[in-house]
Amino acid sequence: MILEARDLTFRYPRRGSPPILEGAGFSLRSGERLGLSAPSGLGKTTLCKLLAGLEAPERGQILLDGIPLSRYRGFCPVQLLWQHPDAAVDPLLRLRATLEEAGPVDPAVLEGLGIRESWLERYPAELSGGELQRICIARALRPGLRFLLCDEISAMLDLIGQAQIWQFLLDQAQARGLGLLVVSHDDALLEQVCGRAIGWDALMS
Amino acid sequence: MRTWDRRRSTLLLLIAAGAALLAVSVAGGLLTEQAMATDFSRRDLAPCWGYPFGTDWMGRDMLARTLAGLSLSIRIGVLTAGISAAVALILGTVCAISGGWADAAVSWVIDLVMGIPHILLIILISIACGRGLWGVTAGVALSHWTSLARVVRGEVLQLHQAPYLRMARKLGVSQGKLLRLHLLPHLLPQLLAGLILQFPHAILHEASVTFLGFGLSPEQPAIGIVLEESMGYLALGRWWLALFPGLSLVLVVALFALLGERARLLLSPASAQG
Repeated sequence: MILEARDLTFRYPRRGSPPILEGAGFSLRSGERLGLSAPSGLGKTTLCKLLAGLEAPERGQILLDGIPLSRYRGFCPVQLLWQHPDAAVDPLLRLRATLEEAGPVDPAVLEGLGIRESWLERYPAELSGGELQRICIARALRPGLRFLLCDEISAMLDLIGQAQIWQFLLDQAQARGLGLLVVSHDDALLEQVCGRAIGWDALMS
Repeated sequence: MRTWDRRRSTLLLLIAAGAALLAVSVAGGLLTEQAMATDFSRRDLAPCWGYPFGTDWMGRDMLARTLAGLSLSIRIGVLTAGISAAVALILGTVCAISGGWADAAVSWVIDLVMGIPHILLIILISIACGRGLWGVTAGVALSHWTSLARVVRGEVLQLHQAPYLRMARKLGVSQGKLLRLHLLPHLLPQLLAGLILQFPHAILHEASVTFLGFGLSPEQPAIGIVLEESMGYLALGRWWLALFPGLSLVLVVALFALLGERARLLLSPASAQG
């Protein structure tokens, strides 16, 4: 499968604000791992939201195998992992309900991510950012998943935690043939995780 | 430990206020017969041990009449607040979810209803519905849903922008499950507090419409009727006819306001822990 963005233009709805993205193009194939590194404030997170279908572009298209992403019903094959996992889970729901929002989760995934059974009985405010991020990853890893967009997902973890999570994600990506987009400021991490890293300018052209 | 203690005392106060209101409404319901009984051998008694609230010019026990009136008011209050909360929840949610012309239409109706003075609207609807119990209930219910509907609509619109709700949609969660899992738990505290805080409004409006003669019929022991009748005897020095029923009405309204305020403190995430 191939995830493509063509001629993307997007601006936040404020009068006279300049476009965040203008005519941006992008493509990612199944099994490919692409690293994206760029200074703050250029629109990396916005690009991720557009690619995951969480925002609608002003102009341009996001295509999955040539079909617009918005046409897919049910579980979206492109999932975004947020930089701040605490925003991506409902604060009034116990984490078991959040985790199984889209359906039951494979116990092997829970084990691989080091998610403890006792976390699932708690509310999001009672877990740390790293623990919540693991739950968000487990929630996204469904059979229908094809592309995973990782927006600074390990910024809140210590080095050992980072290594664990990335090792697990890379294994999963390999086994399922996922396409990964990894956004980070950490060039060493990108080099380790992705075969290739590109800068913002290369992405825009 | 301190926070737990405050939470417990808030809860106790809430239960006490609820129990007092329930007691008044049950006692009043049982005393309705007694409230109508006339006995000319005990006319115009000032408050004494036998009749703490005194008796009126027909020898009716004012305590029984007050309790029966308040009980009727509370029952009307529960009914009307329940109806208006349900209307507010449905319209507010429909508004926010469907958007477009449905949202514009409902918002316009909300503005329209809010633009008319409450008491005027209640009188109009009450007369149109043939006065009496149903006239008053319809009048109060149909005029009080607007502010709560606005709150619900705003809340749903805001929730729709929350990242976790957008994520849930992308995870393929159905509309019904979205409503049950993510929207209702967030709306419930607002709705419940709004519902309880609507009682005092409903009761006061019911009493005033009845007092003005557009509500319940004179033979019913409603608090508005009791107050309206006693007005004529104030000049004759029979102060107890208006004072005790009036004070009791204020007390019941204050109890409901307290109940709503406490419920809001307990349920709202911002203050629930403190």
